[in-house]
Amino acid sequence: MLFSDSVFASRFNITRHDLEAWLAEALSQGGDYADLFFEYLLTSSISLDESIVKSAAQGVSMGVGVRVIVGERTGYAYSDDLSPEKIRKAARVAACIAAGPAKVDKFDLQEGLRRNLYPVLVAPTETAFAERVDLVKRADRAARAYDSRIFQVQVGYADNLRYVLVASSDGVLSYDRQPLARMSVSALARKDGGAPQAGRAGGGGRVELDYFLTDHPPESFATEAAREAVVMLDAVEAPAGETTVVLGPGWPGILLHEAVGHGLEADFNRKGFSAFSGRIGQKVASELCTVVDDGAIASRRGSLNVDDEGHPTQRNVLIENGVLRGYLQDRLSSSVMKTESTGSGRRESYAHIPMPRMTNTFMLAGESDPADIIRSVPKGIYCVNFGGGQVDITNGNFVFSASESYLIEGGKLTRPIRNATLIGNGPEALKYVSMVGNDMRLDEGVGICGKEGQSVPVGVGIPTIRIDRMTVGGTA
Amino acid sequence: MNDCRLQDLAQGVVQRALAAGATDAECTIAEGNEFSANVRMREVESIKEAGSRGAGLRILIGRKTGSSYTSDFSPEGIALLLKSAIELAEVTTEDPHAGLPEPEELGSVAGDLRLYSPDVENLETPVRIETARRAEAAALDADPRIFNSEGASFDSNVGRHVFANSRGFAGQYRTSYCSVSVAPVARDGESMERDYWFTIARGFDALEPPEQVGRIAAQRALRRLNPVKVETQRVPVVFEPGAARTLLGNLFEAVHGTSIYRQESFLAGKLGDKVANENVTVVDDGTLPGLFGAQPFDDEGVPSRRTVVIDRGVLKSYLLNTYAARKLGMKTTGNASRGLAGNAGIGHGNFFVEAGVQSPESIVAGVANGFYVTELMGFGVNIVTGDYSRGAAGLWIRNGELAFAVSEVTIAGNLKDMLLGLEAVGADLEFRGAMAAPTLKIGEMTVGGK
Repeated sequence: MLFSDSVFASRFNITRHDLEAWLAEALSQGGDYADLFFEYLLTSSISLDESIVKSAAQGVSMGVGVRVIVGERTGYAYSDDLSPEKIRKAARVAACIAAGPAKVDKFDLQEGLRRNLYPVLVAPTETAFAERVDLVKRADRAARAYDSRIFQVQVGYADNLRYVLVASSDGVLSYDRQPLARMSVSALARKDGGAPQAGRAGGGGRVELDYFLTDHPPESFATEAAREAVVMLDAVEAPAGETTVVLGPGWPGILLHEAVGHGLEADFNRKGFSAFSGRIGQKVASELCTVVDDGAIASRRGSLNVDDEGHPTQRNVLIENGVLRGYLQDRLSSSVMKTESTGSGRRESYAHIPMPRMTNTFMLAGESDPADIIRSVPKGIYCVNFGGGQVDITNGNFVFSASESYLIEGGKLTRPIRNATLIGNGPEALKYVSMVGNDMRLDEGVGICGKEGQSVPVGVGIPTIRIDRMTVGGTA
Repeated sequence: MNDCRLQDLAQGVVQRALAAGATDAECTIAEGNEFSANVRMREVESIKEAGSRGAGLRILIGRKTGSSYTSDFSPEGIALLLKSAIELAEVTTEDPHAGLPEPEELGSVAGDLRLYSPDVENLETPVRIETARRAEAAALDADPRIFNSEGASFDSNVGRHVFANSRGFAGQYRTSYCSVSVAPVARDGESMERDYWFTIARGFDALEPPEQVGRIAAQRALRRLNPVKVETQRVPVVFEPGAARTLLGNLFEAVHGTSIYRQESFLAGKLGDKVANENVTVVDDGTLPGLFGAQPFDDEGVPSRRTVVIDRGVLKSYLLNTYAARKLGMKTTGNASRGLAGNAGIGHGNFFVEAGVQSPESIVAGVANGFYVTELMGFGVNIVTGDYSRGAAGLWIRNGELAFAVSEVTIAGNLKDMLLGLEAVGADLEFRGAMAAPTLKIGEMTVGGK
C-alpha cells in the first residue's frame, strides 16, 4: 500500500510535492506540527424487515482534514472538495491557530511500516450487491425457522471501504485501505399473545465477504438472536442492589471498555480529570487482572494497520496483574506528556480532530474452569450478553446493560432475568475480581464507541470472570 | 452555492432519475458550515472551521426502492449517484407500502419559522472565543473547589436544507444555531466531580449570558461532591428537567411509528387507552417558531404540524411518516426524518410535556424521603417490554429538602408503571433543544445501591 498506488495519487493526482506544499502552508503561521488526513469512503447498507428488503443504499464521501498544533492548541479545518485550491484554503484556515513566522520549510516524507492486518483482496463493498442481499435473506429465514414464537425479524448489513492517507510535518506518510463489514439481526418472540421479548446478535470484521459464507454464516447470528428472544420469554425480575456477578466470555468485555479503557485515554489524564489520573503504578484491580488494548490483531473490527495519525497500532498493556501500567496516547497528548504515541490516535472522519481511543480491549485468560466459577457462587447473576455502556471518567462511575442474564442459585443457573443495568466505579470494580476463566474470547465484531460526538469501530474481549460485589439495577 | 442553484440541482436529479427509469424519486441536499472554538483553563485549546455538503437520492421503480448519496457534486459524481440508486432498486424486494406521499399531502408551513439568524454567520472569531472564555472563567472563579475544567466551547452551525420530489414538491430552508457550554471539574478531598451547563439559540443575541452559564455549571459540579451510595430501597423519584427530558426520549421511541407497526413497543395497540397519569399531556409541534424542532416541511415534503400524542393521560396519536402510516392504515403526521442515505425514518418536532402548575420547589418539598435525579447513564431501557434500568446520580431528598449528593446507584421500574405513576408535573418547562420536559415526579421506583 504505497502512496503512489493510492486512490489519492491516481484519481485526484495528488503528488508528494503537493503534500509538502500544503504542509508548508499549514505551518506558514509558525505552528509546531501539522498533518493532512485524506479520506475516501465507500459505504453500502441493506436493511430487511418483515422479510422485505426495504432499503439498499450506497454512497461515496471524501474529504481532507488539516490540523495544526502549536503548544497544546489545535487549529483544524476540512474540505469535502479535494481540489488543490480548497485544500490550500483549509490549510490557511487551520494555520491561523498560530501567530508567527513560518518555522519549517522542508519535509522529508517517509513511508513507514509495511504490514497488512487485513489482506482483503476484494472488499465486501466491492462485491455484487445481490450476494450481500442474499446473506440478509438467509438470516431472516433462519431466525424465523428457529422457533414458531419468533414473529418479527430485522436484519441489517453494512460495509464500508475506507482509504486514508496521512502526511505530517514529522515526516509520516501512511496510506491504508480499511475494509469493514458487519451484520446484525434482531428478533422478537411472543408466547400465547403475551408481551414480546427481543434478542440481538451480530458480527463481522475487516474481512472478505467469504467470512459470512464460511465460519460465520448469517444463520449463526440469526439463531443466536432468536435464541435470546425465546429465552427472555421466561425472564423474571432482576435483583436490586449489591450481589456477586459472573460475566461470560466475549462481549461482556465491554466492562473493561467502560470501567478502565476510557479513563486511561491520555487526553483526560494529561488534563488531570480522569479518576485514573496520576495512578500509574498503583493497584487498581485484583492481581488476576491483566488488561490489554491491541490494535494489531488480524482482521478484527477494532484493528488498524496505522492509526488516524499515521502511527502503527500496537499492543498496549493497560493493567498488569492488577497494577496500572499505561495510558493510550495520541500525538498531542504524548508530546505534552513527553512520551511516545501508542498508536491510539483515531478520528471518525476527515471532519474530526483525532484523540486517544481504544482499539480491541480485553483481559488475558486466567486459570479457572468457567464451570467452576459458576459453581462457586451461592447467590448472584451470570451475564452473557450486553447492550451498551457509558462512563463518567471524572468520578469513575460506569454502567453497562445486561440483555441476557441468569440467576445463580446454589452454584447453578436457574432462571433468566429481565434487562438490568450494572453500575460500578472504575478504579474499584476490578479489585473484586476473584476468579478469571481460561476461556478468553474476543467479541463477534459489532462494537461502536462514542466519545465527544465521534464514533469509531472497536472490539472487546474477556474470559469468564467472577466479581464478588457489584450493584445490579433490577426491581426485585 | 446560492438558493436557486441547489434547488435546481435537486429538481434536476429528480428529473434525470425519472428519465433513467425511476417511477418516482426524491432528492435531499444538505449544506452546512460549522465552527467550534474550545477554551480550556482560560487558553484557546482548539478552533475548527469548515463547510460541507451532500446529496441523497431515493428512487422507486414500481414498489422497489434504491438509494444513494454523494459528497461529490461534479457531473461524474451526480451521474454515479443516479446509477447507484437505479442499480440498487433491482436488488430490493417489492414492498406494497413503499411510495411517496400523495400530492395533496405535500406542502410547507406558511410564515417565518425564524430558523435562521444572520448574526451567527457574521460573528467575528474573537467574539466567539471570548464568549467561551467568559463562560469558563465564570465557572473557574465561582469557588476554590473548581480546580480544573474540561473546557468551554462556542459552537455554531449554519445550514441549508433542500428537498425535491417527483410529485411536484420542491422547497428549502436555512437554519442557524449557536451554543455555549462549559464543563468544570470540582474537587474536595478525594472526591472529584464534573458537570456542565449550556445555552443554545437560533441567534447569537438570544444566548443566555456566558457568565450565567459558567456559574450554573460550577454549582452543578459542586453539588455533586462527596456523594453517598444509598441503600437499596423503593422511594419517590423526582427528575430535574434535564433528566425528565430523557424520559421523553424513551416515550418518543415508544410512539415511533416503526416500533408500532413492528409491535416492538409497549405502547403498540394502545391508542385511546390511559397510558399515563391524567396530569400528563405530551405534544409534538414542528411549527413553534424559533425552536429547535421547528421546520416548514418534513423530510418527505409534508408540512410540519401540531400532534397531541398524550392528552391528559390518554394515548391519542403515534408519530408517523408516510410508510409507517400506510402500514397502520393511518395518515402521516409529518414526522419523516432522514439523513442522506436510505429510506425516511421518523423524527420529532418540538416534543414536550405540557407544563403543570407546581413549582419544582414545591414538588421536592412534598417528598419526605426520595431521590432527585440530575443525571442518567447508559442504555438500559427496553422499549419492547418497557423495562427501565439506568445508572443515576443526583441528590437525596430528606424531609422535603435536597440533603446530600448520591451516585453509583441505579433506578429501575417499567415505563408503563412510570408513566401512570407521574404524580407531579412541574411548571418549569423550558426549551433547550427539540425535546423539553418540566420537573417530573414518579410515585415510586427501585433505587439500587448498597
